[in-house]
Amino acid sequence: MNLTAKDKNTVRTFWAKISTNAEDIGTDFCLKIKSFFPPFFRMLVVYPQTKTYFSHWKDPSPSSAPVKKHGATVMAGVADAVAKIDDLRAGLLSLSELHAFTLRVDPANFKVLSHNILVVLAISFPNDFTPEVHVAMDKFLSAVDLCNYS
Amino acid sequence: MVKWSDFERAAIQDIFSKINYDVVGCAALSRCLIVYPWTQRYFGGFGNLYNAAAITSNPKVAAHGKVIMAGLEKAVKNMDDIKTTYKDLSVLHSEKLQVDPDNFNLLADCLTIVVAGQMGAAFTPEVHGAFQKFLAVVVASLRKQYH
Repeated sequence: MNLTAKDKNTVRTFWAKISTNAEDIGTDFCLKIKSFFPPFFRMLVVYPQTKTYFSHWKDPSPSSAPVKKHGATVMAGVADAVAKIDDLRAGLLSLSELHAFTLRVDPANFKVLSHNILVVLAISFPNDFTPEVHVAMDKFLSAVDLCNYS
Repeated sequence: MVKWSDFERAAIQDIFSKINYDVVGCAALSRCLIVYPWTQRYFGGFGNLYNAAAITSNPKVAAHGKVIMAGLEKAVKNMDDIKTTYKDLSVLHSEKLQVDPDNFNLLADCLTIVVAGQMGAAFTPEVHGAFQKFLAVVVASLRKQYH
């Protein structure tokens, strides 16, 4: 799946709009949307099969330290991918190896997390998350998912 | 038979009492046609679907969005036996419309995103989970008569 120049511009513009601090996009984004439950925690609730990868955490509630920390890590990863949108495969190589060879995550779960990210974007930015932005973000996240398991 | 908790029943009834049917149906179908363009193959008679603006302003898309919401309302009113309620709809989609059932999940995802946008913070993970379960039952019921 190839991202067109228009897709990349739409993603970059939307991401810049929703982040107030370009240097600290990941954490800032999480702070902004913390009242709407970060995508990572939402995924654990709505798709409980994803909790199986985190059985080493005693407390899977939204206020627990590991969930918060990992939610921020995930969104920082997405922010990083936006910055490297012109060469995702090279930019995400180490993350890809981590997920494929060390964590061994079933690829279907990446799609699930992407869907939860889109739901949170729809809740947090209802006026900016237009159908045009939705399709560009969906294609972008699909490209990121593909990098993570191949 | 699907078991619904009190919370799930209440959450589903609450969602459907709050959302604007005219807006949600059209918006969800539009997003499906825009984000997953291969779904346009089922709507050859709808005229101009060339770009996002054309799709969102297409009157046939809006009308069909209402048809979809009316179908979902039947499921909401018969939550304890959606399978039987949807028997004829399932036959229609499989034998007459010949829709690939994997597409039902795509429309379901778009519905979730549109409802989330409408409800905002009220669409908590728990409410989202209940809605997800409801849509999963709807999709499974629509798939039931495919042979």
